[in-house]
Amino acid sequence: MSLKMPPPDQAVLARRSEIIAALERLVAADAVISESAALRPYESDALTAYRQPPMVVVLPETVQQVSAVLAWCDGQGVKVVPRGSGTSLSGGALPLADAVLLGMARFNRILDISYADRVAVVQPGVTNLAITQAVEEAGFYYAPDPSSQIACSIGGNVAENSGGVHCLKYGLTTHNVLGIELVLMDGEIMRLGGRQLDPAGLDLLGVVVGSEGLLGVVTEVTVRILPRPEGARAALIGFPSVESAGQCVADVIAAGIIPAGMEMMDKKAIHAAEAFVHVGYPLEVEALLIVEVDGAAAECDELIERIADIARSNRAITLRLSSNEQERLGFWAGRKAAFPAVGRIAPDYYCMDGTIPRRRLAQVLHRMEELAVRYGLGIANVFHAGDGNLHPLILYDANQPGQLERAEAFGRDILRLCVEVGGVLTGEHGVGVEKRDLMPEMFNATDLAHQQRLKCAFDPDLLLNPGKVFPTLHRCAELGRMHVHHGESRYPDLPRF
Amino acid sequence: MTTLAPTSTSELRDAIGGAVAAGAKLEIRAGGSKADIGAERAVTLLDLRGFCGVVDYDPAELVLTVKPGTPLTQIEALVTGENQSLAFEPWDHGPLFSRPPGVATIGGVIAAGVAGPDRLARGSARDHLLGFTAVSGRAEVFVAGGRVIKNVTGYDLPKLMAASWGRLAAMTELTLRVCPRPQATATMALEGLGASEAVAAMTRAMGSSAEVSAAAHLPAALRAGPALTLFRLPGFERSVVARCAKMAEWLRPHGALHRVPQTEADTLWGAVRQVAPLGPEGSIWRIHVPPSRAPTVVQVLEPLGAQWLFDWAGGLIWVRLQAHAEQIRATAAAAGGHATLVRAPRELRNAVPALHPRSRVVSALEARIRRAFDPAGVFETGRFLD
Repeated sequence: MSLKMPPPDQAVLARRSEIIAALERLVAADAVISESAALRPYESDALTAYRQPPMVVVLPETVQQVSAVLAWCDGQGVKVVPRGSGTSLSGGALPLADAVLLGMARFNRILDISYADRVAVVQPGVTNLAITQAVEEAGFYYAPDPSSQIACSIGGNVAENSGGVHCLKYGLTTHNVLGIELVLMDGEIMRLGGRQLDPAGLDLLGVVVGSEGLLGVVTEVTVRILPRPEGARAALIGFPSVESAGQCVADVIAAGIIPAGMEMMDKKAIHAAEAFVHVGYPLEVEALLIVEVDGAAAECDELIERIADIARSNRAITLRLSSNEQERLGFWAGRKAAFPAVGRIAPDYYCMDGTIPRRRLAQVLHRMEELAVRYGLGIANVFHAGDGNLHPLILYDANQPGQLERAEAFGRDILRLCVEVGGVLTGEHGVGVEKRDLMPEMFNATDLAHQQRLKCAFDPDLLLNPGKVFPTLHRCAELGRMHVHHGESRYPDLPRF
Repeated sequence: MTTLAPTSTSELRDAIGGAVAAGAKLEIRAGGSKADIGAERAVTLLDLRGFCGVVDYDPAELVLTVKPGTPLTQIEALVTGENQSLAFEPWDHGPLFSRPPGVATIGGVIAAGVAGPDRLARGSARDHLLGFTAVSGRAEVFVAGGRVIKNVTGYDLPKLMAASWGRLAAMTELTLRVCPRPQATATMALEGLGASEAVAAMTRAMGSSAEVSAAAHLPAALRAGPALTLFRLPGFERSVVARCAKMAEWLRPHGALHRVPQTEADTLWGAVRQVAPLGPEGSIWRIHVPPSRAPTVVQVLEPLGAQWLFDWAGGLIWVRLQAHAEQIRATAAAAGGHATLVRAPRELRNAVPALHPRSRVVSALEARIRRAFDPAGVFETGRFLD
């Protein structure tokens, strides 16, 4: 693997037993894991190409314990890596050899549900889907639905600002979280936001969401819950070219329709999915679009017909409209199984996550095909077409020497391409360790320094989740210096105070 | 009062760098529609109206990049022309301070986190700012966020920049998300409800699948007639018609729902958005609470002489009340929320911070963040009394 993590601090490693003993005094006896066999399950998250057993795992149960563990580590100069369910696709929870892995799995309770305020207050280890399950009897749900929703925790969703197939209409995690309780590296406990809209001062909640576990550890989350839409209908549309599918997406948006979901698959992904789940996807098409609308029955019926008209005018070769729930779910079955389906046509696959302006879609897909030839690796594409978020799946075989490295290099070129056409490195999976070294493609040193100083305001000794997001971590004292040119001011007459 | 009016990024850097070197304080301003919020201050004005115009607008991508000094009216006309809108309903504070309308700029509404009634369902300024370019208090140009709708690359500094009141950096470009304008919008109303009944009705509506985008309540005291509880339902024509019919069923226990004619509805929502029913005189507070607590807040404040209206289904309470600043803040806090002093005579603004005081730890963190972007405190004008 080509990734370099910060070199382990030998002085910390030498103190391992002392650190374990100290942690055992701060949490319950069974909440510290230090046997090497027991550390194995924690050695990676869902980005499994990278593995590193942690120095020790600690599983606190209360906010006071989290605070005590962080404060102790802060005082001792010991690094901490927070972890939710370990489903990150960017290595956000990758352990470090000289760091404590702080697992939040025991924070698994739903604390309060208020239908009057339309919020659920939950602990961070509660899974995304469990929130919806807790409120669905009353006709509510939690909107963001990352594909890992049965396993991923809401705390992890907050850290990564997770999305899902419905975020074009319903937003990412950041649009659906109203408040958090946060513990800083120095052990300070604070509440940001609450059950009301808008903060009193700076929007610290807004910047903690998506901060990838670098700013603090979330110990409680207040999310907005929404009434379940009355119904939903979907269209399954096959196109003779990626261009015509892309134009159809643009025309749907131009017609003023924001679908609940709008997903595209290319030929390789369609064939892999159909071979896996047999749901009747058309195999003669070059691109497949699933467009879903939700809301009142009258709305669904009207919009699905409009979408069908738009599809026809874009030379769709196949067109099916769902007439019942079973059919609608059938349309989705192949898309939802796309990743494991691709996993059957290649020994390994590497899932990318760039976003591009939609108008550049055809161009980007052609360039990706050229890159696939150059790297000698296959590629299948599924993406959230409505918001231009691509998930190219690079096919490789980790057992063939050099293939993982080739896949990584191919992936880096794809993300560079996304930035080159006006897009970004990651739409929903996060930077983590995976895209860390690509950050300079999008941000120059000054941009990154402004971001890092924010980190310094939360964690001045850079002990929380180091080695993630930033290609180089500058010491905070070094970043704090300010150089201003004197003498050249165009405004020498400024009043002094 | 000295005014600096840079027209290019390099002039802006010079202005900020020069102010830092001189130990001066800069107040970022464009239209000045919100200049009367906060304490009096002796500052140099950094006028951003020289940064005006549209940089890029691609309606199909739902993305608009503009310069901060562009008048809000100009942006609204532009997106309306493409059948789109800024879904957070930004509005001009000028008339609230008896200033002429039309001077508010896009930079100003973003920097103050301004949003209207639809914020309830469609998000605020912070939710629609995708990226920006700015010059920080270090006199350095930096970018954050991106120009696409879906992006999690790096810290979400656009969230921090929205509602930061010009205390971190001076923006030179902003990228916003735009949304399709609804084909139709219906407004339904209930009459004669008290505060608690109104919140109960709004709660029922927001918990239904009617997709209500805005819900407000104007008590009888503010009207030449009975109290009015308003619900806005945007969407495609057939959908709106169907949802209105269902709403009438759902809300039957709360009264007879009737449809408000379009022109009257537009006037009412405009009034709610701009707080017009509370009149041109007197101190005005903006109180954010969990919606279920809104009735408690007005029960406490009404006996003190407060006039009020609810927006955001009760989550936003606009209050006009001359004195009792401490009691207003205490009541908002007890309800789990906070109170902003928006309009007040000079003496009150110089004594009471505009923004609700935060806890010790949050305040200290905010101060560290401000120093991270602005080490010399060039944007610390004393406006917020902290």
